[in-house]
Amino acid sequence: MLNATLSELGAALAAKKISSVELTRACLERVERHGRELNAFISIDGAHALERARQADARRARGEGHALTGIPIAHKDILCTRALRTTCGSRMLERYVSPYDAHVVERLEGAGTVLLGKCNMDEFAMGSSTEHSYFGPARNPWDKRLVPGGSSGGSAAAVAARLVPMATGTDTGGSIRQPAALTGVCGLKPTYGLVSRYGLVAFASSLDQAGPLAKSASDLALLMSVMAGFDARDSTSIDRPVEDYTRFLSAGVKGLRIGVPKEYFGEGIEPGVRRAVEEALRWYEGQGAKRVDLELPNSPLGVAVYYVIAPAEASSNLSRFDGVRYGHRAKGYSDLMDMYCRTRAEGFGTEVKQRILVGTYVLSHGYYDAYYLQAQKVRRLIARDFAEAFNRCDVILGPTSPTTAFAIGAKASDPVQMYLNDIFTVSAPLAGIPALSVPCGFDEKGLPVGLQLTGPHFSEARLIGAAHRYQQATDWHLKVPKETPL
Amino acid sequence: MSLTPDDVRRLARLARIAIQPEESGAVLDRLNRVLDLIDQMRKVDTQGIEPMAHALDVVQRLRPDEVREANQREAYQSVAPAGPDGNPQLHDGLYLVPKVIE
Repeated sequence: MLNATLSELGAALAAKKISSVELTRACLERVERHGRELNAFISIDGAHALERARQADARRARGEGHALTGIPIAHKDILCTRALRTTCGSRMLERYVSPYDAHVVERLEGAGTVLLGKCNMDEFAMGSSTEHSYFGPARNPWDKRLVPGGSSGGSAAAVAARLVPMATGTDTGGSIRQPAALTGVCGLKPTYGLVSRYGLVAFASSLDQAGPLAKSASDLALLMSVMAGFDARDSTSIDRPVEDYTRFLSAGVKGLRIGVPKEYFGEGIEPGVRRAVEEALRWYEGQGAKRVDLELPNSPLGVAVYYVIAPAEASSNLSRFDGVRYGHRAKGYSDLMDMYCRTRAEGFGTEVKQRILVGTYVLSHGYYDAYYLQAQKVRRLIARDFAEAFNRCDVILGPTSPTTAFAIGAKASDPVQMYLNDIFTVSAPLAGIPALSVPCGFDEKGLPVGLQLTGPHFSEARLIGAAHRYQQATDWHLKVPKETPL
Repeated sequence: MSLTPDDVRRLARLARIAIQPEESGAVLDRLNRVLDLIDQMRKVDTQGIEPMAHALDVVQRLRPDEVREANQREAYQSVAPAGPDGNPQLHDGLYLVPKVIE
């Protein structure tokens, strides 16, 4: 059961082969056994989960409910929940309990999912390894000496280790897709504006999107059907008709035009990653998909542009943490200015402070045009590259990350080494387009490799369909890490 | 171009973050590495390119100017930070901060 897809779990619950209470107990036992070592969770509330499970069973017994009713879920600890504290992996919010639920949380609660706990993450979603958490690093279930990626590393590790069948994450520069790739699970970053940001603690508002992590592409479709939708409380939410994200699940890939950018297969990619991704590409070609070689000439600038725009927006967003209305306040201070400065020095970790300082610099008088405005212009060039590419192809294929999982501490001393890990994931949020990552094999060390599919705005269903077709012919997504056997 | 220790002090002040003298060297080094990385996008010719501030070309949605929110002061203030005495820094529904006007 713990390796079943969401539709299989939903069917088993509907057929009364298993109850939500039993399923929730099984997940809680796995969390008990592996959760602490993986450090995948910041908060867990078993009693609350079992109460929710009993409600879900009652709902199903009345013949009501949704495909996901009774299935346990974990939320990234950046999505506000009334039931459990929302820390953002930060000392600043260590004891913060939100007075309201995020839109995504509301939707998933409404569908009857069972909230098991809140997942570990890089502080305020700033990082690619989940090492920058006030609550300590999360670990990769494929090798506990390694990072699970980040910033949604706790969510990815929890799904990979089969502690929970589904989880939420957020993606600003790759924070859903890169940890999905590094832990061998599936993750989708939706089109900007498709999933409401209400109740998602803001990092970089023009880039942030919440999305699902789960074991299969069809799981992502089920989750998107619940998570996506208009919400008036998010001023950037898109008001468009509700979509069926499962509608391409039975479509073939014959004739699908797959764009292969030369920039995604250049230097700096580990041989094991290249081999697995090229093999997946050959599989698609073997199924009748058409390979379209193309260029995204501005995409190598993505990391530089991202590390101007995201810190700039973060420095503005995180100014709200001033010790006055919520969160940490320093114990001793001489005046108001001193209270702000001490509160923020104590409450934020090194990486967050560094990004706030970079953001402050690129927005400051005399530097705004050279950095922030220039970054916004190059951002448009990157988006144009994609728009032109999608005149010639339906999806773009490449590696999610240039490497498989790396050792905890290996990139901690040099921020730039860590940032370069985002090279293939930053462009989609900059352009506002959807992208997903699915497992496509293992490298010579036995570590999972992620395949990234990127599409034009609102092409989620198409991306999910193409990934699902691949998963019907392969079983990479069903492999369970050796260190967390079923 | 590189930042100086004076730049770091100025930025820290603007960002309202206290930096201890013993940390400032490491902070400066990391900031300069990041600025080196982002320098590569400064050389790009962007003459005539419109800055992209938003991921989608959409017009800001407007709503009728009417009251929608209920007053939730108590719920929102229930998470106010504690002061040195351990109590929430609130008084008559207002937040307490150190005195700024003599």
